Amino acid sequence: MMRKLLCSVPGLVWAGAASADYAVNMPKGVTELSAETYEIHMLAFWWCVAIGVVVFGAMLYSLVKHRKSKGVQPADFSHSTMAEVVWTALPCFILLFMAVPAAETMIKLEDSRDPDMSVVVTGYQWRWHYDYQDSDIAFYSSLAESSLKARRLESGIDPYSVENYLLEVDNPLVVPVGAKVRVLLTSNDVLHAWWVPDLAIKKDAIPGIINETWFKADVAGTYRGQCAELCGKDHGYMPVVVEVLEADAYAEWIAGQTADTTGSNE
Amino acid sequence: MADHGPDKGIKRWLYTTNHKDIGTMYLIFSLVMFFIGGSMALVIRTELMQPGLQFVHPEFFNQMTTMHALIMVFGAVMPAFVGLANWMIPMMIGAPDMALPRMNNWSFWILPVAFGILLSTLFMPGGAPASGWTMYPPLVLQTGDAFPFLIFSVHLMGISSIMGAINIIVTILNMRAPDMWLLKMPMFVWTWLITAYLLIAVMPVLAGAVTMLLTDQFFGTSFFLAAGGGDPVMFQHIFWFFGHPEVYIMILPAFGVVSEIIPTFSRKPLFGHDSMVYAASCIAFLSFIVWAHHMFTVGMPLSGQLFFMFATMLIAVPTGVKIFNWIGTMWRGSLTFETPMLFALAFVFLFTIGGFSGVMLAMVPADIQYHDSYFVVAHFHYVLVPGSIFSLFAAAYYWLPKWTGHMYNETAGKLHFWLSTFFVNLTFFPMHFLGLAGMPRRIPDYSTQFADFNWMASVGAIGFGLSQLIFVYVLLTCKKGAKATDRVWEAPKGLEWTVPSPAPYHTFDTPPVKRVAQEAFE
Repeated sequence: MMRKLLCSVPGLVWAGAASADYAVNMPKGVTELSAETYEIHMLAFWWCVAIGVVVFGAMLYSLVKHRKSKGVQPADFSHSTMAEVVWTALPCFILLFMAVPAAETMIKLEDSRDPDMSVVVTGYQWRWHYDYQDSDIAFYSSLAESSLKARRLESGIDPYSVENYLLEVDNPLVVPVGAKVRVLLTSNDVLHAWWVPDLAIKKDAIPGIINETWFKADVAGTYRGQCAELCGKDHGYMPVVVEVLEADAYAEWIAGQTADTTGSNE
Repeated sequence: MADHGPDKGIKRWLYTTNHKDIGTMYLIFSLVMFFIGGSMALVIRTELMQPGLQFVHPEFFNQMTTMHALIMVFGAVMPAFVGLANWMIPMMIGAPDMALPRMNNWSFWILPVAFGILLSTLFMPGGAPASGWTMYPPLVLQTGDAFPFLIFSVHLMGISSIMGAINIIVTILNMRAPDMWLLKMPMFVWTWLITAYLLIAVMPVLAGAVTMLLTDQFFGTSFFLAAGGGDPVMFQHIFWFFGHPEVYIMILPAFGVVSEIIPTFSRKPLFGHDSMVYAASCIAFLSFIVWAHHMFTVGMPLSGQLFFMFATMLIAVPTGVKIFNWIGTMWRGSLTFETPMLFALAFVFLFTIGGFSGVMLAMVPADIQYHDSYFVVAHFHYVLVPGSIFSLFAAAYYWLPKWTGHMYNETAGKLHFWLSTFFVNLTFFPMHFLGLAGMPRRIPDYSTQFADFNWMASVGAIGFGLSQLIFVYVLLTCKKGAKATDRVWEAPKGLEWTVPSPAPYHTFDTPPVKRVAQEAFE
């Protein structure tokens, strides 16, 4: 406890510069649009910082300089048309600077035309089902055994001893690098949401509706996320894992899947 | 007749039609709910202190998040502002009481019933509602025996709010002192007038939404059931058409409170009174056309998303005007820092931080990342805790001498302020980082990479909870404080400061004469 206390307090103050243990910002991700999303996030953030410096600066100046204890006599002005026009109009322009790039990215994000492959993702209480539209591959993806054991109340297993605690599945979604993957989302029971921060996509899985989104991962690797829409008691236990493979490794994986009919399509 | 006092014993409180008694009951009720909802928050934060499940099952965890929100929104924040309205609006506009005193009694006494029902669901088979306060179908339909009780209690809260709102509108529009034309009204009265219209507009919408849930569950309809041709997303549209104005219902009266307090302790009139009124009206109007920004991931047409993004960003303009006006009020004033002023200043600082994250959340591509993550949790707690709740503390310290006739313990008040401010930031600031790093909200357990900030937030929450006991101490010891003068503070404006402290049981049996009214305002 004490060790944590000692680490945490400076951690809060110096969070921005702290060690790699602290993820304090949105990941830049591995797609063109995740990088753009990150830029928009940082653009909004820096505008907020700039406005904050001006607003809080003015306020602090007033708090320090205009104190009764310094013998200040209060002024009695109660409006200034000039100031009011400026501080109404100026924010409108600042907002325009933020809105335009956000809208541009939005338009790209919604353009799911001409995909290289499509996967139907179905949410269940509490796991995902992936169905590859361009082949017979289909399987469920549930929380990995190691996390499943450790997550129980009074399990006696230290979560720190489990690799990727709560973020590991038995069968990840496997896709090739550089392919435009269209994700079609629906649900079999209640609402779920499919979220992978590194791919910068999050979309609700809704019964009776097929939602659409897409991603094109530029870097091979394993990307982890979680269900983001409250879906009942095990909402915290249905992670999303996407494995992005190089073309030849992906071909190998496909071959393995089609040969092994026992493990799929249950 | 004018001098008759209150009944004795319990009858005074059961039968009262006096706005001050009813205001007191509302305020005490909301404080009790604040502690009940707060202890649920502590259950949540205790479980989240470390990765792994230590104390509660996920089912119960979800019941806690749901009940915490319902109780804080409908039981703590809203009734507290109605309590302030009851106490202060008649005294601020020079009216003898609320316009509809019997309905006033009724609208209060519905609340303990509504929350008795809601809290009783904790002991029902299947437990309390666990689908989040947003009650999204189809999940909410999996609630156990608690389901109809949830719907019924929401109906009762809605009825109470609507009656309270009608009463406030009728009182303000009909019972003002002579010569107090609309643009002369104090800001607290103005913001409540606007809030009351919002309440009347949206509470029936919520009632309609939950009634459709009820018929879907028990009477074979399929409003929100895909299998029967319904649409689960329609519920979200209806809910947030209520839900977004609801957000402003919880913050506009807070704007009013702060607009009363800052001029008093700056010894300077409120800067831009009229533009404050227009800004509040503008916010109220915009609140009706931004609801779908809560739903950017449900799959809307691009044009819809862009519209809701632009409309949402626009809210920053009138909100900014308010913040600039408060700073304009302080500018070249003669500031002192009594407890109400401290809470009001922290409100301006920390609400602005919540406003910043609000602007960030409006940007759709970024919102797709923030949505349903702890970033959102941080955002709305910043506007609700150091926003609404701090303004309520500010109001309580500001008017307590007027209510009780005694000064509260200033040292304890300041201690309450500094501890609350430190811990509220320790609790909610790290949540921004958690959300950006990818932690979803409403989960009972998390991956180890989120452990440190969660631990910090939990320590902060426990500290914040304990700090609130100082407030109870201040209230309980207030009677021992020095006698308050009629004006209480050095330079307050408004009719409430022209009556004795404590305010007599009946005030303004005859309307204040023009001269008194003018002195109070100008």
